[in-house]
Amino acid sequence: MYDVAVIGAGVVGTFIARELSRYKLRIVILEKDNDVANGTTKANSAIVHAGYDAKAGSNKAKFNVLGNAMFDKVCEELDVPFKRIGSLVVAFNEEDLKTIQDLYENGVKIGVPNMEIIDAKKVKEMEPNLNDHIVGALYAPTAGIIGPFELAIALAENALDNGAELLLNNKVKRIEKNEGGYRIYTNENEIDTKYVINCAGLYSDDIYNMVADSHFKITPRRGQYYLLDKSEGGLVKRTIFQCPTKLGKGVLMSPTVDGNIIIGPDAQDLDDKEARETTREGLSFIKERVMKSCSKIALKNNITTFAGLRAEPSTGDFIIEESKEVKGFINVAGIKSPGLSSSPAIASYVVELVKNMVGDLEERKDFNPKRRKKIRFAELSDDEKIEIIKKDPRYGRIICRCEKITEGEIVDVINRNAGARTVNGVKRRARPGAGRCQGGFCGPRVIEILARELGKDMKDIVKEGTNSYMLTGYTKETSEYEKAKDLVASSRDEESRR
Amino acid sequence: MLNYDIVVIGGGPAGLAAAIEAKKNGVKNILVVDRDRELGGILQQCIHNGFGLHVFKEELTGPEYADRFINELKEMDIEYKLDTMVLDIDENRELSVMNTKDGFMKIKAKAIILAMGCRERTRGAIAIPGTRPAGVFTAGTAQRYINMEGYMVGKKVVILGSGDIGLIMARRLTLEGAKVLAVAELMPFSSGLTRNIVQCLDDYNIPLLLNHTVTQIKGKDRVEAVVIAEVDHKKKIISGTEKEYTCDTLLLSVGLIPENELSKSAHVKLAPVTGGPMVNESMETTVKGIFACGNVVHVHDLVDWVTKESQKAGKSAAKFIKNQLKDSVDTVKTLAGNGIAYIVPQVIRPSNIENTLDLLMRVKDVYRNGKLIVKGDGKIIKEMNKRHMAPGEMERISIPSRLFKEKNIREISVDVVKAGE
Repeated sequence: MYDVAVIGAGVVGTFIARELSRYKLRIVILEKDNDVANGTTKANSAIVHAGYDAKAGSNKAKFNVLGNAMFDKVCEELDVPFKRIGSLVVAFNEEDLKTIQDLYENGVKIGVPNMEIIDAKKVKEMEPNLNDHIVGALYAPTAGIIGPFELAIALAENALDNGAELLLNNKVKRIEKNEGGYRIYTNENEIDTKYVINCAGLYSDDIYNMVADSHFKITPRRGQYYLLDKSEGGLVKRTIFQCPTKLGKGVLMSPTVDGNIIIGPDAQDLDDKEARETTREGLSFIKERVMKSCSKIALKNNITTFAGLRAEPSTGDFIIEESKEVKGFINVAGIKSPGLSSSPAIASYVVELVKNMVGDLEERKDFNPKRRKKIRFAELSDDEKIEIIKKDPRYGRIICRCEKITEGEIVDVINRNAGARTVNGVKRRARPGAGRCQGGFCGPRVIEILARELGKDMKDIVKEGTNSYMLTGYTKETSEYEKAKDLVASSRDEESRR
Repeated sequence: MLNYDIVVIGGGPAGLAAAIEAKKNGVKNILVVDRDRELGGILQQCIHNGFGLHVFKEELTGPEYADRFINELKEMDIEYKLDTMVLDIDENRELSVMNTKDGFMKIKAKAIILAMGCRERTRGAIAIPGTRPAGVFTAGTAQRYINMEGYMVGKKVVILGSGDIGLIMARRLTLEGAKVLAVAELMPFSSGLTRNIVQCLDDYNIPLLLNHTVTQIKGKDRVEAVVIAEVDHKKKIISGTEKEYTCDTLLLSVGLIPENELSKSAHVKLAPVTGGPMVNESMETTVKGIFACGNVVHVHDLVDWVTKESQKAGKSAAKFIKNQLKDSVDTVKTLAGNGIAYIVPQVIRPSNIENTLDLLMRVKDVYRNGKLIVKGDGKIIKEMNKRHMAPGEMERISIPSRLFKEKNIREISVDVVKAGE
């Protein structure tokens, strides 16, 4: 019997699990995919918003401002890349200037610190590569950038280090309410738990429908992105937003924590919760819009495009509450932007909700808030490089040329708690394949290392989802060789039996 | 700190030829480093034949061609380190190098030869819309899986791009039992060698769709289909021409980019069109003592030309060490004229040319019965009739050194003249 079952291993689910693992609770995280951070968490703008644009009094406003201030500590504890680089909302005309004035006032009202409205000259000083027709901007120094999937992976790992359990490939099929709590049926297991926390992202309405008539509906809203090469990395130093207008929210451009530039998103409401394809129209829309902020941007240096889905709630605000219909069931739903920015504060709040339900929660004395630091070889000094290779020669072998990732780092992320099982899982944790060649050189090597560490054949290694096989079998020659090898082995067996 | 006369970065055909030539020219203390497990570079995965026609006057496979140079390197006792990565080089020719055996090392070189080759453009570079399933490979990566690792990458395959690797892989996949449905090419002509179109597509009835591109990738976990559409002369998709191809694999052969991250760390100036270092007649880059050759400078069509260019780089590096390279101020610039995409070298110091200088270039379009016209300071100094010119095949023009000296030329340009003009 578990105390708490968290459904969904995105950043919200893993954050809650990690915060709950401070207490003497038996916790399980159920995830339908074969890795954590595989849904909304892996494909978004990777921004920690300052928090000025949500309406005062909304959950979004409250949790964003609170959450923003919590990132330094948690990212330090978990060794997650986070940089407080600040953001500019740029204005192109008089109407925009009025909008940023409104944003400023709203920000002040909800407690966003240190904002400033700056003039065109100051914008040019701060961001010389932006277009000349920008007439002013709202500067929010507390905005930041983060590795969103790195955060969720670190949270999962730390939760597991502190005793929580993670069941991947466990899709929730049915939930029964019973006297002691709930029985959750997944495609693999039956799990008994006292409390359920529904962090199922796009599917949180479907999950809630298993126990009650949900009063909310989640609509997938797709956003598409370009990710540019590090060669473009110096173009802007801060996150550059455009003013929301009648025509839409505008397109942002921002440095990423890894030194690339991200551009996007657009917004399309869809019916399909798996529609993560990019479209020609979407991509050209983003291209055209970003040029308004910075026409110097060289989209030919794009290394990948992708689309993510936001979980747009019918209520218009985050839903974070114990269900009124069924006790002991907490919905954490509709966590769209600024969901990532709000996640630390949401997790703390959910812990309070659990405390209220359980009554008395006892803290674990052995809770360790820190995650074992990752070795980022490329960032080490020469002396540190010498030392680490002496200790473990696998750090002397570069697997990914573009990002300079060593074999040691790849083996490490496979063998950690909540470790990588797929090619993309390795990429999200250690970055081979995230560089400009997109795995052209390192792909075969990563598959080889995964196969070796997991005791599998290379052809059984998948890219991402369970059926995303990379290799379709052996070549003719290899098949002949494998057959011959089997033949030799079986005749040897026969001989030894005689 | 280790000390070498010459450090050659890259043990592919360019690096091998450069190192051997430097040794032949009297340099003793040479180190070749390569990040792969064996020497030979990408040639090791090119198991088809057609290599060496110019250098050896016979047809060899990639590994055979590489082997000749590897053996020579070993016979000459040139030191090499495999599985070794150069992390950084600076203008003072100091390198940070590492591997699992020696650990992290600092090396000081009197001269450096950059021979890192090139990499393939990816799906991202051309931003093909759609989902991101498994089964999208660059042609070279697929070639490595099949020819070196022994694994197949797909059963029903569409290839985008008719560069040589794409064409070669169409045949290779067919021989391995896969079905290649089509090769789509954005341009009105293939960027591959004519012989490869005949021997890899025509011989196996694989259709080449010129003026076509892939407009969408479909499939959740693995590729399930791709959409191919026709494009107009401005490369805009002609709506209504979209056709869906059911397949499990898309191979991309959409161009090669010289691999110059290290060159940038040494502040070597790159040429915008080639993407490789600007070089002079001696294959020296804009940083003194740093030379470059092969696909890191510009993408070649034949390895034979890589070898020749690299021999020049090796010899020049040897001269540099012996203080025999003349740093003349009377430099000649080369200028890619009408119809020419680029010319290598970009700068010529006539006093360093021994007998002739080869200008290497690519044309921008397909020309039949055209002409190449070389001008010195605007005056024609050479004309060559060409039956067939195409962007896929490099053009070479030899200029005798005396021309530079006699005519005191400051700028050399090359133009294409179409038939009848």
